[in-house]
Amino acid sequence: MSDRPADALRPYVRYIDKTRSYYLSQGYAKPYAWAHNEDAPFTPLTKPLSASTLTIISTSEIAIKDDPRFADDAETKAVGHVYAVPSDTPASRLYSRTQSYDRYATTLDDANAYFPLDRLHEAAARGRIGRVASQCLGVYNAYSQRKTCERDAPVVLGQCRAMGVDVALLVPV
Amino acid sequence: MSLVARHLEANGIPTVVIATARDIVESAAVPRLLFVDFPLGAPCGEPWNTEQQRDVLEQAFHLLETATTPRTTVDAGLVWSKGERWKDLVFTEEQPFLPGEAGEAWLKKKEAYRQLKAGGKL
Repeated sequence: MSDRPADALRPYVRYIDKTRSYYLSQGYAKPYAWAHNEDAPFTPLTKPLSASTLTIISTSEIAIKDDPRFADDAETKAVGHVYAVPSDTPASRLYSRTQSYDRYATTLDDANAYFPLDRLHEAAARGRIGRVASQCLGVYNAYSQRKTCERDAPVVLGQCRAMGVDVALLVPV
Repeated sequence: MSLVARHLEANGIPTVVIATARDIVESAAVPRLLFVDFPLGAPCGEPWNTEQQRDVLEQAFHLLETATTPRTTVDAGLVWSKGERWKDLVFTEEQPFLPGEAGEAWLKKKEAYRQLKAGGKL
């Protein structure tokens, strides 16, 4: 692989295979069982985006600088948790605590690269979408697909409905 | 994240996932995926490249407007500006995914989870 010319295009990374062999080499015998489904639900747009309310839902452990609510939440981070970030927060005040990114290739210094809040406000300002919901949502990794499905996803749905969200952008980091 | 998208969609809220790990999201099966072939951490465009970030978001909007069936994946057609060497190096001994302190933080989080579980708090 690595003897390819630096400018040659590569196929996309197969993370499921890569992480399996990587963690085997690190001494973890049991590979992680990634979620697998054959079918997916589908809901068409019911109105134009220009009349729709959108929110961002993120697993990037997004937080607000100098906000005490994010200073000591190790426990909630460990068990999984849904939380809100006011959408009028400038992206320059947002940062990510996640460790799960390619630190050799990129940086988390510009939140818009993984939490496109400024870009979404621009789209609302020029009428491409109706409006940005009052809150964006963060979901901590729960280490459990069952907890994500049975506990966290219904909380996200409830908060989206309470805010009148028509369309959700989901961004895993 | 894919599982949350499926839950929202099943309950009447259309979704689009913007992601770099195509195989993981496609395995979970989501209604709409905009695949950006970038390193983990930059699914919405390269840091500080606002024009590209606008392009990614517009492609996500377009996907919302045009998809008619679930499991629709669109490749955003972008190439990382510093070349593709990062793909050779991701998850290798040369570039461990969670080196040093990051690995320790990950293990600490795992241990906190184990203790909460043992203590019946989960």
